[in-house]
Amino acid sequence: MKRQVPVLITFIVGTVLILSVFFPPAERLGEDFSIFFDIIAVFAFFLGGGNLLRIHFGKVYQKREDWGFSIVTLCGFAIMMMAGLFKLWNPGGIAADVAAPGSLFQLMYDWIFNPLGASMYSLLAFYVASASYRAFRAKNIDATILLIAAFVILLGRTPLGMYVTSWVPESFSILQIPNLAIWIMVSPNLAGQRAIMIGIALGVVSMSLRLILGVERTYLGVDNE
Amino acid sequence: MSDIGLILSIGVIVVGLLWLTIRSLTGREVERRIIFLFIGISVAIPLLFNITVSEKATPIVKGIYDKVENLPSGSKILISFDYGPSMAPEVEPMSDAFLRHALAKGHKVFIMGLWATGQSLGAAAVDKIVKPEFPDKVDGVDYINIGYKAGNQGVLNVIITDFRKMYATDVNGVDLDSVEIFENIRSLKDMDLILCVGGGFPGIKEWVLFAADPGNIPLAGGSAAVATPLLYPYYPKQLIGLLGGIKGAAEYESEMKKNYPRFADMPTPGLNMMGPQTLAHMVVMAFIVIGNLSFFFAKRRKK
Repeated sequence: MKRQVPVLITFIVGTVLILSVFFPPAERLGEDFSIFFDIIAVFAFFLGGGNLLRIHFGKVYQKREDWGFSIVTLCGFAIMMMAGLFKLWNPGGIAADVAAPGSLFQLMYDWIFNPLGASMYSLLAFYVASASYRAFRAKNIDATILLIAAFVILLGRTPLGMYVTSWVPESFSILQIPNLAIWIMVSPNLAGQRAIMIGIALGVVSMSLRLILGVERTYLGVDNE
Repeated sequence: MSDIGLILSIGVIVVGLLWLTIRSLTGREVERRIIFLFIGISVAIPLLFNITVSEKATPIVKGIYDKVENLPSGSKILISFDYGPSMAPEVEPMSDAFLRHALAKGHKVFIMGLWATGQSLGAAAVDKIVKPEFPDKVDGVDYINIGYKAGNQGVLNVIITDFRKMYATDVNGVDLDSVEIFENIRSLKDMDLILCVGGGFPGIKEWVLFAADPGNIPLAGGSAAVATPLLYPYYPKQLIGLLGGIKGAAEYESEMKKNYPRFADMPTPGLNMMGPQTLAHMVVMAFIVIGNLSFFFAKRRKK
Protein backbone atom coordinates (compact mmCIF):
# COMPACT_ATOMS: atom_id res chain seq x y z
CA MET A 1 0.00 0.00 0.00
CA LYS A 2 2.84 2.37 0.92
CA ARG A 3 4.09 2.13 -2.65
CA GLN A 4 0.90 1.56 -4.62
CA VAL A 5 -1.02 4.61 -3.35
CA PRO A 6 1.67 7.20 -4.27
CA VAL A 7 2.17 5.51 -7.66
CA LEU A 8 -1.59 5.63 -8.26
CA ILE A 9 -1.78 9.31 -7.29
CA THR A 10 1.14 10.10 -9.60
CA PHE A 11 -0.54 8.19 -12.45
CA ILE A 12 -3.90 9.96 -12.04
CA VAL A 13 -2.46 13.48 -11.60
CA GLY A 14 0.06 13.08 -14.42
CA THR A 15 -2.52 11.69 -16.86
CA VAL A 16 -5.11 14.35 -16.04
CA LEU A 17 -2.56 17.18 -16.39
CA ILE A 18 -1.52 15.88 -19.83
CA LEU A 19 -5.15 15.45 -20.92
CA SER A 20 -6.06 18.94 -19.67
CA VAL A 21 -3.71 20.46 -22.25
CA PHE A 22 -5.28 18.61 -25.20
CA PHE A 23 -8.93 18.12 -24.16
CA PRO A 24 -10.88 21.22 -23.06
CA PRO A 25 -13.31 19.24 -20.82
CA ALA A 26 -10.35 18.19 -18.66
CA GLU A 27 -9.09 21.79 -18.41
CA ARG A 28 -10.99 22.42 -15.17
CA LEU A 29 -9.46 19.37 -13.51
CA GLY A 30 -5.99 20.56 -14.54
CA GLU A 31 -6.68 23.92 -12.85
CA ASP A 32 -7.86 22.20 -9.67
CA PHE A 33 -4.74 20.05 -9.55
CA SER A 34 -2.62 23.18 -9.99
CA ILE A 35 -4.34 24.72 -6.95
CA PHE A 36 -3.69 21.52 -4.96
CA PHE A 37 -0.06 21.80 -6.00
CA ASP A 38 0.14 25.43 -4.78
CA ILE A 39 -1.42 24.47 -1.43
CA ILE A 40 1.03 21.60 -1.00
CA ALA A 41 3.89 23.95 -1.96
CA VAL A 42 3.07 26.11 1.09
CA PHE A 43 3.79 23.12 3.33
CA ALA A 44 7.28 22.96 1.86
CA PHE A 45 8.02 26.07 3.94
CA PHE A 46 7.14 24.22 7.14
CA LEU A 47 9.27 21.32 6.00
CA GLY A 48 12.16 23.67 5.13
CA GLY A 49 11.89 25.53 8.44
CA GLY A 50 11.70 22.27 10.40
CA ASN A 51 14.70 20.88 8.60
CA LEU A 52 16.74 24.03 9.23
CA LEU A 53 15.93 23.89 12.96
CA ARG A 54 16.73 20.17 13.18
CA ILE A 55 20.12 20.48 11.48
CA HIS A 56 21.31 23.58 13.33
CA PHE A 57 20.00 22.57 16.77
CA GLY A 58 21.81 19.25 16.27
CA LYS A 59 25.01 21.06 15.33
CA VAL A 60 24.84 23.33 18.40
CA TYR A 61 23.92 20.44 20.74
CA GLN A 62 26.85 18.32 19.55
CA LYS A 63 29.14 21.38 19.34
CA ARG A 64 30.28 20.38 15.87
CA GLU A 65 32.70 22.56 13.85
CA ASP A 66 31.49 26.18 13.39
CA TRP A 67 28.52 25.64 15.72
CA GLY A 68 28.65 29.35 16.55
CA PHE A 69 27.38 30.16 13.05
CA SER A 70 24.42 27.87 13.68
CA ILE A 71 23.43 30.02 16.68
CA VAL A 72 23.47 33.10 14.40
CA THR A 73 21.33 31.23 11.84
CA LEU A 74 18.82 30.11 14.49
CA CYS A 75 18.59 33.59 16.03
CA GLY A 76 18.14 35.19 12.59
CA PHE A 77 15.44 32.65 11.70
CA ALA A 78 13.57 33.15 14.97
CA ILE A 79 13.71 36.97 14.97
CA MET A 80 12.70 37.29 11.31
CA MET A 81 9.85 34.81 11.75
CA MET A 82 8.52 36.55 14.86
CA ALA A 83 8.74 39.95 13.14
CA GLY A 84 6.80 38.60 10.16
CA LEU A 85 4.24 36.45 12.01
CA PHE A 86 3.31 39.00 14.67
CA LYS A 87 3.95 42.05 12.43
CA LEU A 88 6.08 43.70 15.13
CA TRP A 89 6.31 47.53 14.92
CA ASN A 90 4.01 47.39 11.90
CA PRO A 91 2.31 50.81 11.69
CA GLY A 92 -0.77 49.22 10.14
CA GLY A 93 -1.19 46.60 12.85
CA ILE A 94 -1.72 42.88 12.43
CA ALA A 95 -3.92 43.26 9.31
CA ALA A 96 -1.39 45.31 7.31
CA ASP A 97 1.10 44.13 4.71
CA VAL A 98 4.00 42.27 6.33
CA ALA A 99 6.40 44.48 4.33
CA ALA A 100 4.78 47.80 5.34
CA PRO A 101 7.36 50.62 5.67
CA GLY A 102 8.54 51.01 9.26
CA SER A 103 7.72 47.43 10.28
CA LEU A 104 10.49 45.46 11.97
CA PHE A 105 10.30 42.85 9.21
CA GLN A 106 10.86 45.43 6.47
CA LEU A 107 13.58 47.25 8.48
CA MET A 108 15.52 44.00 8.91
CA TYR A 109 14.93 43.13 5.29
CA ASP A 110 16.21 46.52 4.07
CA TRP A 111 19.14 46.96 6.45
CA ILE A 112 20.36 43.42 7.12
CA PHE A 113 19.11 40.86 4.60
CA ASN A 114 19.40 43.13 1.54
CA PRO A 115 23.02 44.31 2.00
CA LEU A 116 24.18 40.85 3.13
CA GLY A 117 22.64 39.21 0.07
CA ALA A 118 24.13 41.81 -2.29
CA SER A 119 27.57 41.42 -0.67
CA MET A 120 27.51 37.65 -1.15
CA TYR A 121 26.63 37.99 -4.83
CA SER A 122 29.24 40.69 -5.46
CA LEU A 123 31.99 38.36 -4.21
CA LEU A 124 31.55 36.53 -7.53
CA ALA A 125 33.44 39.30 -9.34
CA PHE A 126 36.53 38.62 -7.24
CA TYR A 127 36.46 34.89 -7.89
CA VAL A 128 35.84 35.40 -11.62
CA ALA A 129 38.92 37.65 -11.82
CA SER A 130 41.04 35.13 -9.94
CA ALA A 131 39.79 32.27 -12.13
CA SER A 132 40.44 34.30 -15.31
CA TYR A 133 44.11 34.61 -14.30
CA ARG A 134 44.62 31.01 -13.19
CA ALA A 135 42.37 28.85 -15.36
CA PHE A 136 41.57 30.65 -18.62
CA ARG A 137 44.55 29.36 -20.65
CA ALA A 138 44.87 28.83 -24.41
CA LYS A 139 46.03 25.24 -23.96
CA ASN A 140 44.47 23.91 -27.19
CA ILE A 141 42.32 25.05 -30.12
CA ASP A 142 39.00 24.61 -28.26
CA ALA A 143 40.23 26.63 -25.29
CA THR A 144 41.60 29.33 -27.64
CA ILE A 145 38.22 29.70 -29.40
CA LEU A 146 36.52 29.96 -26.01
CA LEU A 147 39.06 32.56 -24.93
CA ILE A 148 38.53 34.70 -28.02
CA ALA A 149 34.74 34.50 -27.65
CA ALA A 150 35.02 35.50 -23.97
CA PHE A 151 37.22 38.44 -24.93
CA VAL A 152 34.73 39.69 -27.52
CA ILE A 153 31.79 39.31 -25.11
CA LEU A 154 33.66 41.07 -22.29
CA LEU A 155 34.56 43.96 -24.57
CA GLY A 156 31.13 44.01 -26.21
CA ARG A 157 29.39 44.37 -22.84
CA THR A 158 31.14 47.70 -22.23
CA PRO A 159 31.18 50.99 -24.19
CA LEU A 160 34.91 50.39 -24.74
CA GLY A 161 34.07 47.84 -27.43
CA MET A 162 32.31 50.52 -29.45
CA TYR A 163 35.12 53.07 -28.96
CA VAL A 164 37.77 50.59 -30.10
CA THR A 165 35.99 49.58 -33.32
CA SER A 166 33.96 52.70 -34.15
CA TRP A 167 36.29 53.31 -37.13
CA VAL A 168 35.03 50.15 -38.89
CA PRO A 169 32.85 51.28 -41.84
CA GLU A 170 29.10 50.73 -41.59
CA SER A 171 29.15 48.18 -44.44
CA PHE A 172 31.35 45.96 -42.23
CA SER A 173 29.47 46.78 -39.02
CA ILE A 174 29.36 43.09 -38.07
CA LEU A 175 33.07 43.46 -37.28
CA GLN A 176 32.35 46.13 -34.66
CA ILE A 177 32.88 44.43 -31.32
CA PRO A 178 29.39 45.02 -29.83
CA ASN A 179 27.82 43.58 -33.01
CA LEU A 180 30.26 40.70 -32.95
CA ALA A 181 29.29 40.04 -29.32
CA ILE A 182 25.61 40.05 -30.29
CA TRP A 183 26.35 37.67 -33.16
CA ILE A 184 28.10 35.26 -30.78
CA MET A 185 25.07 35.37 -28.49
CA VAL A 186 22.38 34.97 -31.16
CA SER A 187 24.16 32.46 -33.41
CA PRO A 188 26.64 30.00 -31.85
CA ASN A 189 25.25 30.49 -28.32
CA LEU A 190 21.66 30.22 -29.52
CA ALA A 191 22.37 27.02 -31.46
CA GLY A 192 24.04 25.43 -28.44
CA GLN A 193 21.31 26.56 -26.03
CA ARG A 194 18.53 25.29 -28.29
CA ALA A 195 20.25 21.92 -28.66
CA ILE A 196 20.56 21.66 -24.87
CA MET A 197 16.93 22.74 -24.37
CA ILE A 198 15.61 20.20 -26.87
CA GLY A 199 17.71 17.50 -25.23
CA ILE A 200 16.42 18.45 -21.77
CA ALA A 201 12.82 18.55 -23.04
CA LEU A 202 13.13 15.04 -24.47
CA GLY A 203 14.65 13.89 -21.19
CA VAL A 204 11.79 15.45 -19.22
CA VAL A 205 9.20 13.74 -21.46
CA SER A 206 10.89 10.39 -21.00
CA MET A 207 11.29 10.82 -17.23
CA SER A 208 7.68 12.00 -16.87
CA LEU A 209 6.40 8.93 -18.69
CA ARG A 210 8.52 6.69 -16.45
CA LEU A 211 7.07 8.42 -13.36
CA ILE A 212 3.47 8.31 -14.58
CA LEU A 213 3.71 4.65 -15.55
CA GLY A 214 5.37 3.77 -12.26
CA VAL A 215 8.62 2.55 -13.84
CA GLU A 216 10.67 5.17 -11.99
CA ARG A 217 10.13 4.84 -8.24
CA THR A 218 13.28 6.31 -6.75
CA TYR A 219 11.25 9.33 -5.55
CA LEU A 220 9.49 6.93 -3.17
CA GLY A 221 12.80 5.93 -1.67
CA VAL A 222 12.84 2.51 -3.38
CA ASP A 223 14.93 1.10 -6.22
CA ASN A 224 13.47 0.53 -9.67
CA GLU A 225 11.93 -2.86 -10.21
CA MET B 1 36.34 65.46 -10.90
CA SER B 2 35.23 62.66 -13.20
CA ASP B 3 38.24 63.17 -15.50
CA ILE B 4 40.67 63.15 -12.55
CA GLY B 5 39.04 59.95 -11.32
CA LEU B 6 39.29 58.33 -14.74
CA ILE B 7 42.98 59.25 -15.14
CA LEU B 8 43.74 58.16 -11.57
CA SER B 9 41.97 54.83 -11.87
CA ILE B 10 43.47 53.98 -15.25
CA GLY B 11 46.92 55.07 -13.99
CA VAL B 12 46.75 52.93 -10.84
CA ILE B 13 45.45 49.93 -12.74
CA VAL B 14 47.95 50.19 -15.64
CA VAL B 15 50.97 50.55 -13.32
CA GLY B 16 49.73 47.69 -11.17
CA LEU B 17 49.08 45.44 -14.14
CA LEU B 18 52.56 46.15 -15.54
CA TRP B 19 54.05 45.13 -12.20
CA LEU B 20 51.95 41.97 -12.23
CA THR B 21 53.02 41.18 -15.81
CA ILE B 22 56.71 41.48 -14.93
CA ARG B 23 56.18 39.34 -11.83
CA SER B 24 54.32 36.68 -13.79
CA LEU B 25 56.85 36.58 -16.65
CA THR B 26 59.69 36.06 -14.21
CA GLY B 27 57.87 32.97 -12.96
CA ARG B 28 56.72 34.33 -9.61
CA GLU B 29 53.25 33.45 -8.44
CA VAL B 30 50.67 36.23 -8.12
CA GLU B 31 48.71 35.92 -4.90
CA ARG B 32 44.92 35.72 -5.01
CA ARG B 33 44.67 38.65 -2.61
CA ILE B 34 46.48 40.92 -5.10
CA ILE B 35 43.98 40.00 -7.80
CA PHE B 36 41.14 40.72 -5.39
CA LEU B 37 42.70 44.09 -4.58
CA PHE B 38 42.78 45.01 -8.26
CA ILE B 39 39.12 44.18 -8.74
CA GLY B 40 38.30 46.14 -5.59
CA ILE B 41 40.15 49.20 -6.91
CA SER B 42 38.69 48.96 -10.41
CA VAL B 43 35.17 48.88 -8.98
CA ALA B 44 35.63 51.40 -6.16
CA ILE B 45 37.39 54.25 -7.95
CA PRO B 46 34.78 54.77 -10.71
CA LEU B 47 32.08 54.71 -8.03
CA LEU B 48 33.94 57.23 -5.85
CA PHE B 49 34.63 59.61 -8.74
CA ASN B 50 31.24 58.98 -10.35
CA ILE B 51 32.67 57.97 -13.72
CA THR B 52 29.81 57.40 -16.14
CA VAL B 53 29.68 56.27 -19.74
CA SER B 54 27.09 56.89 -22.42
CA GLU B 55 24.94 54.06 -23.72
CA LYS B 56 22.78 53.52 -26.79
CA ALA B 57 19.86 51.09 -26.77
CA THR B 58 20.44 47.95 -28.83
CA PRO B 59 17.46 46.41 -30.73
CA ILE B 60 16.82 43.79 -28.02
CA VAL B 61 16.38 46.58 -25.43
CA LYS B 62 14.66 49.01 -27.79
CA GLY B 63 12.01 46.33 -28.46
CA ILE B 64 10.77 46.57 -24.85
CA TYR B 65 11.01 50.34 -24.71
CA ASP B 66 8.99 50.73 -27.92
CA LYS B 67 6.35 48.26 -26.75
CA VAL B 68 5.76 50.16 -23.48
CA GLU B 69 5.84 53.44 -25.42
CA ASN B 70 3.42 52.37 -28.15
CA LEU B 71 0.76 50.79 -25.94
CA PRO B 72 -2.21 53.15 -25.57
CA SER B 73 -2.33 55.00 -22.25
CA GLY B 74 -4.19 53.01 -19.62
CA SER B 75 -2.93 49.65 -20.86
CA LYS B 76 -2.43 46.94 -18.27
CA ILE B 77 1.18 46.01 -17.52
CA LEU B 78 2.15 43.35 -15.01
CA ILE B 79 5.62 43.56 -13.49
CA SER B 80 6.82 40.42 -11.73
CA PHE B 81 9.59 40.84 -9.16
CA ASP B 82 11.21 37.41 -9.39
CA TYR B 83 14.45 38.03 -7.57
CA GLY B 84 15.96 38.40 -4.15
CA PRO B 85 18.30 40.87 -2.47
CA SER B 86 21.39 39.07 -3.73
CA MET B 87 20.44 39.75 -7.33
CA ALA B 88 18.89 43.17 -6.64
CA PRO B 89 21.93 45.38 -7.39
CA GLU B 90 22.02 43.97 -10.91
CA VAL B 91 18.33 43.68 -11.78
CA GLU B 92 16.64 46.27 -9.57
CA PRO B 93 17.58 49.11 -11.97
CA MET B 94 15.50 47.23 -14.58
CA SER B 95 12.36 46.91 -12.46
CA ASP B 96 12.76 50.56 -11.38
CA ALA B 97 13.02 51.68 -15.02
CA PHE B 98 10.02 49.55 -16.10
CA LEU B 99 7.92 50.93 -13.23
CA ARG B 100 8.85 54.56 -13.97
CA HIS B 101 8.28 54.20 -17.70
CA ALA B 102 4.91 52.43 -17.36
CA LEU B 103 3.56 54.98 -14.87
CA ALA B 104 4.86 57.94 -16.87
CA LYS B 105 3.00 56.63 -19.92
CA GLY B 106 -0.19 56.39 -17.86
CA HIS B 107 -0.42 52.60 -17.87
CA LYS B 108 -2.01 50.58 -15.09
CA VAL B 109 0.67 48.63 -13.22
CA PHE B 110 0.17 45.28 -11.48
CA ILE B 111 3.03 44.19 -9.21
CA MET B 112 3.52 40.59 -8.11
CA GLY B 113 6.30 38.09 -7.44
CA LEU B 114 6.97 34.40 -7.86
CA TRP B 115 9.79 34.72 -5.30
CA ALA B 116 8.98 35.19 -1.62
CA THR B 117 11.57 37.97 -1.51
CA GLY B 118 9.87 39.69 -4.46
CA GLN B 119 6.96 40.93 -2.35
CA SER B 120 9.15 43.11 -0.13
CA LEU B 121 11.13 44.35 -3.13
CA GLY B 122 7.91 45.26 -4.92
CA ALA B 123 6.68 47.12 -1.85
CA ALA B 124 10.03 48.92 -1.59
CA ALA B 125 9.78 49.96 -5.25
CA VAL B 126 6.34 51.46 -4.58
CA ASP B 127 7.72 53.44 -1.62
CA LYS B 128 10.87 54.50 -3.45
CA ILE B 129 9.42 55.37 -6.86
CA VAL B 130 5.63 55.51 -7.04
CA LYS B 131 4.86 57.51 -3.91
CA PRO B 132 7.52 60.26 -4.24
CA GLU B 133 7.73 60.54 -8.03
CA PHE B 134 4.10 59.91 -8.99
CA PRO B 135 2.08 61.35 -6.08
CA ASP B 136 -1.04 61.60 -8.25
CA LYS B 137 -1.14 57.83 -8.78
CA VAL B 138 -3.58 56.03 -6.49
CA ASP B 139 -3.12 52.54 -5.02
CA GLY B 140 -5.86 50.30 -6.35
CA VAL B 141 -6.62 52.63 -9.25
CA ASP B 142 -3.35 53.20 -11.11
CA TYR B 143 -1.24 50.48 -9.53
CA ILE B 144 -1.57 47.53 -7.19
CA ASN B 145 0.79 45.14 -5.41
CA ILE B 146 -0.77 41.68 -5.14
CA GLY B 147 2.41 40.18 -3.71
CA TYR B 148 3.70 36.64 -3.60
CA LYS B 149 2.08 33.22 -3.59
CA ALA B 150 3.89 29.93 -3.13
CA GLY B 151 3.87 27.41 -5.96
CA ASN B 152 6.34 28.74 -8.54
CA GLN B 153 5.03 27.91 -12.02
CA GLY B 154 1.95 26.38 -10.37
CA VAL B 155 0.82 29.93 -9.59
CA LEU B 156 1.04 30.82 -13.29
CA ASN B 157 -0.93 27.68 -14.19
CA VAL B 158 -3.80 29.02 -12.10
CA ILE B 159 -3.73 32.76 -12.80
CA ILE B 160 -3.59 32.14 -16.54
CA THR B 161 -7.30 31.28 -16.18
CA ASP B 162 -8.35 33.10 -13.00
CA PHE B 163 -6.46 35.53 -10.73
CA ARG B 164 -8.99 35.27 -7.93
CA LYS B 165 -8.46 31.54 -7.46
CA MET B 166 -4.99 32.39 -6.25
CA TYR B 167 -5.20 36.01 -5.09
CA ALA B 168 -8.21 37.05 -3.02
CA THR B 169 -6.66 40.30 -1.78
CA ASP B 170 -3.72 42.62 -2.44
CA VAL B 171 -0.78 42.85 -0.01
CA ASN B 172 -2.74 45.23 2.23
CA GLY B 173 -5.60 42.77 2.59
CA VAL B 174 -7.92 44.74 0.28
CA ASP B 175 -10.39 42.53 -1.60
CA LEU B 176 -9.51 42.43 -5.31
CA ASP B 177 -13.20 42.66 -6.20
CA SER B 178 -13.38 46.04 -4.49
CA VAL B 179 -10.47 47.71 -6.32
CA GLU B 180 -11.02 49.69 -9.51
CA ILE B 181 -7.87 48.45 -11.24
CA PHE B 182 -9.11 44.84 -11.11
CA GLU B 183 -12.60 45.62 -12.41
CA ASN B 184 -12.18 44.08 -15.84
CA ILE B 185 -9.38 41.70 -15.01
CA ARG B 186 -10.10 38.01 -14.81
CA SER B 187 -6.83 36.36 -15.76
CA LEU B 188 -3.34 36.98 -17.06
CA LYS B 189 -4.82 36.97 -20.56
CA ASP B 190 -6.29 40.40 -19.80
CA MET B 191 -2.81 41.90 -19.48
CA ASP B 192 -1.42 43.87 -22.41
CA LEU B 193 2.18 43.21 -21.44
CA ILE B 194 4.05 41.18 -18.84
CA LEU B 195 7.47 42.32 -17.68
CA CYS B 196 9.38 39.77 -15.64
CA VAL B 197 12.54 40.78 -13.81
CA GLY B 198 14.68 37.97 -12.42
CA GLY B 199 17.50 35.61 -13.21
CA GLY B 200 16.76 32.36 -11.45
CA PHE B 201 13.99 29.82 -10.94
CA PRO B 202 11.14 30.63 -11.33
CA GLY B 203 11.80 33.42 -13.77
CA ILE B 204 11.46 34.52 -17.37
CA LYS B 205 11.63 30.97 -18.71
CA GLU B 206 8.66 29.89 -16.57
CA TRP B 207 6.72 32.98 -17.65
CA VAL B 208 7.32 31.98 -21.28
CA LEU B 209 6.36 28.33 -20.77
CA PHE B 210 3.37 28.68 -18.46
CA ALA B 211 1.89 32.10 -19.23
CA ALA B 212 3.02 34.04 -22.30
CA ASP B 213 3.11 31.19 -24.80
CA PRO B 214 -0.09 29.31 -23.83
CA GLY B 215 -1.96 32.58 -23.21
CA ASN B 216 -0.53 34.43 -26.21
CA ILE B 217 0.41 37.37 -23.97
CA PRO B 218 3.27 39.73 -24.93
CA LEU B 219 6.22 39.15 -22.61
CA ALA B 220 9.55 40.88 -22.08
CA GLY B 221 11.95 41.00 -19.21
CA GLY B 222 15.23 41.70 -17.58
CA SER B 223 17.67 39.11 -16.38
CA ALA B 224 20.96 38.84 -14.51
CA ALA B 225 23.87 38.70 -16.99
CA VAL B 226 24.79 35.11 -16.12
CA ALA B 227 21.30 33.86 -16.97
CA THR B 228 20.80 35.93 -20.12
CA PRO B 229 22.44 33.53 -22.63
CA LEU B 230 19.92 30.84 -21.60
CA LEU B 231 17.05 33.12 -22.64
CA TYR B 232 18.20 34.07 -26.13
CA PRO B 233 16.37 31.07 -27.71
CA TYR B 234 13.08 32.79 -26.80
CA TYR B 235 13.93 36.08 -28.50
CA PRO B 236 12.26 37.57 -30.58
CA LYS B 237 9.23 35.26 -30.84
CA GLN B 238 8.28 34.53 -27.24
CA LEU B 239 10.16 37.48 -25.78
CA ILE B 240 9.69 40.96 -27.25
CA GLY B 241 12.98 42.05 -25.76
CA LEU B 242 15.44 41.30 -23.01
CA LEU B 243 17.59 43.44 -20.73
CA GLY B 244 20.78 41.50 -20.12
CA GLY B 245 22.60 42.44 -16.94
CA ILE B 246 23.47 45.93 -15.88
CA LYS B 247 24.24 46.95 -19.46
CA GLY B 248 20.65 46.24 -20.49
CA ALA B 249 19.40 48.39 -17.61
CA ALA B 250 21.81 51.18 -18.57
CA GLU B 251 20.59 51.11 -22.19
CA TYR B 252 16.96 51.32 -21.05
CA GLU B 253 17.74 54.21 -18.69
CA SER B 254 19.57 56.12 -21.42
CA GLU B 255 16.56 55.71 -23.73
CA MET B 256 14.24 57.06 -21.01
CA LYS B 257 16.51 60.02 -20.30
CA LYS B 258 16.75 60.80 -24.00
CA ASN B 259 12.99 60.83 -24.58
CA TYR B 260 11.51 62.07 -21.31
CA PRO B 261 12.60 65.47 -19.93
CA ARG B 262 11.03 64.53 -16.56
CA PHE B 263 13.60 61.72 -16.25
CA ALA B 264 16.62 63.96 -16.95
CA ASP B 265 17.56 63.94 -13.26
CA MET B 266 16.22 60.53 -12.29
CA PRO B 267 18.53 58.13 -10.44
CA THR B 268 20.34 55.96 -12.97
CA PRO B 269 21.94 53.07 -11.08
CA GLY B 270 22.37 51.14 -14.34
CA LEU B 271 24.34 53.90 -16.06
CA ASN B 272 26.29 54.61 -12.87
CA MET B 273 27.40 50.99 -12.64
CA MET B 274 28.65 50.86 -16.21
CA GLY B 275 31.85 52.73 -15.18
CA PRO B 276 32.89 50.09 -12.63
CA GLN B 277 31.75 47.30 -14.97
CA THR B 278 33.84 48.69 -17.86
CA LEU B 279 36.97 48.94 -15.72
CA ALA B 280 36.38 45.56 -14.08
CA HIS B 281 35.98 43.92 -17.50
CA MET B 282 39.23 45.55 -18.64
CA VAL B 283 41.02 44.24 -15.57
CA VAL B 284 39.62 40.72 -16.09
CA MET B 285 40.78 40.83 -19.74
CA ALA B 286 44.20 42.00 -18.61
CA PHE B 287 44.37 39.08 -16.17
CA ILE B 288 43.50 36.65 -18.96
CA VAL B 289 46.34 38.10 -21.09
CA ILE B 290 48.84 38.07 -18.21
CA GLY B 291 47.83 34.53 -17.23
CA ASN B 292 48.35 33.31 -20.79
CA LEU B 293 51.66 35.13 -21.21
CA SER B 294 53.00 33.57 -18.03
CA PHE B 295 51.68 30.16 -19.21
CA PHE B 296 53.54 30.39 -22.54
CA PHE B 297 56.73 31.71 -20.94
CA ALA B 298 56.67 28.90 -18.38
CA LYS B 299 56.18 26.37 -21.19
CA ARG B 300 59.16 27.84 -23.10
CA ARG B 301 61.32 27.81 -19.97
CA LYS B 302 60.53 24.11 -19.46
CA LYS B 303 61.64 23.33 -23.03
